[in-house]
Amino acid sequence: MIALILRELRLAAGGGALFLPLIFFLLVATLFPFAVGPDGPLLARTGGGALWMAALLATLLPVERLIAPDQASGVLDQLALREMSEEAVATAKLVGHWLSFGPPLMLAALPASALMNLPADVLWRLELGLLIGTPGLAALTLGVAAITASLKGGASLAGLLALPLAIPILIFGAGLIERGGGDGALELLAASSLLLVAGAPFVAGAAIRAGRD
Amino acid sequence: MSDAALLALKGVTAIRGGRALFEKLDLVLLPGEATVVAGPNGVGKSSLLRVAAGLLRPAAGEVTGARAALADENLALDPRQTLGEALGFWAKLDGGNAAPAMDAMGLSRLSDIPVRMLSTGQRKRAALARVIASGAPLWLLDEPANGLDSDGQERLVAAMTAHRAGGGAILAATHQPFGLGQAHEIWLG
Repeated sequence: MIALILRELRLAAGGGALFLPLIFFLLVATLFPFAVGPDGPLLARTGGGALWMAALLATLLPVERLIAPDQASGVLDQLALREMSEEAVATAKLVGHWLSFGPPLMLAALPASALMNLPADVLWRLELGLLIGTPGLAALTLGVAAITASLKGGASLAGLLALPLAIPILIFGAGLIERGGGDGALELLAASSLLLVAGAPFVAGAAIRAGRD
Repeated sequence: MSDAALLALKGVTAIRGGRALFEKLDLVLLPGEATVVAGPNGVGKSSLLRVAAGLLRPAAGEVTGARAALADENLALDPRQTLGEALGFWAKLDGGNAAPAMDAMGLSRLSDIPVRMLSTGQRKRAALARVIASGAPLWLLDEPANGLDSDGQERLVAAMTAHRAGGGAILAATHQPFGLGQAHEIWLG
């Protein structure tokens, strides 16, 4: 299991893919003030939500390389021959995917929040929300990556599948950073993230098995 | 049926795309035995290997067997890693060592070469080295001699002979004969 997680991290680092979500996230944070104008209070009010959108899109970037290459190259078959359940493989991929984008994103949120003129308490709640919400986003990406792995051009379909399912994370994540509106948002964010994390390995495992027939 | 069988197929039927590839197939492989699955292209040789590996569920029948190692057209080695690292990844999962297997297939010199740079024949050798290093008692080989030069074929025959002498069994699919020594033959199609 640990060998598999390390392999995921190596694959993420190998293609420079480790920095891709990071740069994407920072790019959105840089462009957003240009789009809405240099209005400090407006940015402070809307910036947190924009960063959540950026996080959601950043998690989807590696959707094509999570499952499909391993399915095509026979790695998933070889793991199955070694009595490793598809669910265990999916769990390792989930942990690896989160490690390669969750913590880096939380780091990138520091400069991004400065660009958005976010107050310190909002930044703190954004970081807390990212810590709880990004595992759910990683799980969602893994699930749709497995479902669309055997389809040609599956990445665009993956986006269509994942974005509606990310709505709860987005609502409660953005709710958490709203000033005074954080009541219950933390618990609901954690609940929806937990649901995705708990379900994704089984969805992905079943999809990998179905992809063999 | 013996308990010692490394692979036992009982009345196995496989259906792909609504078409029956083979029906009610019986097959038993005891330690030291080898069976060649022969037949023209597209007749279901590779599917039979995948059924034997447990990767493909048969439509009917029963498959039991020992731990298997499979070498099919998928290399299953990370293209960016060096050959030594990529084979070492699987050898570590299997609790073995890749170096003797690389030696057996004449790959020791290529240990530092990235997998994506390997030629067709070298990739075939690498897949066979992965099987040898697995230490699995049952080998499932899909067209193992394809793309190998005469040196590679000699090494393959030597590895298969050693594996059978050590109590292992081999199920090989091929459309052309190669030196497997004494072997049963199943003709599909």
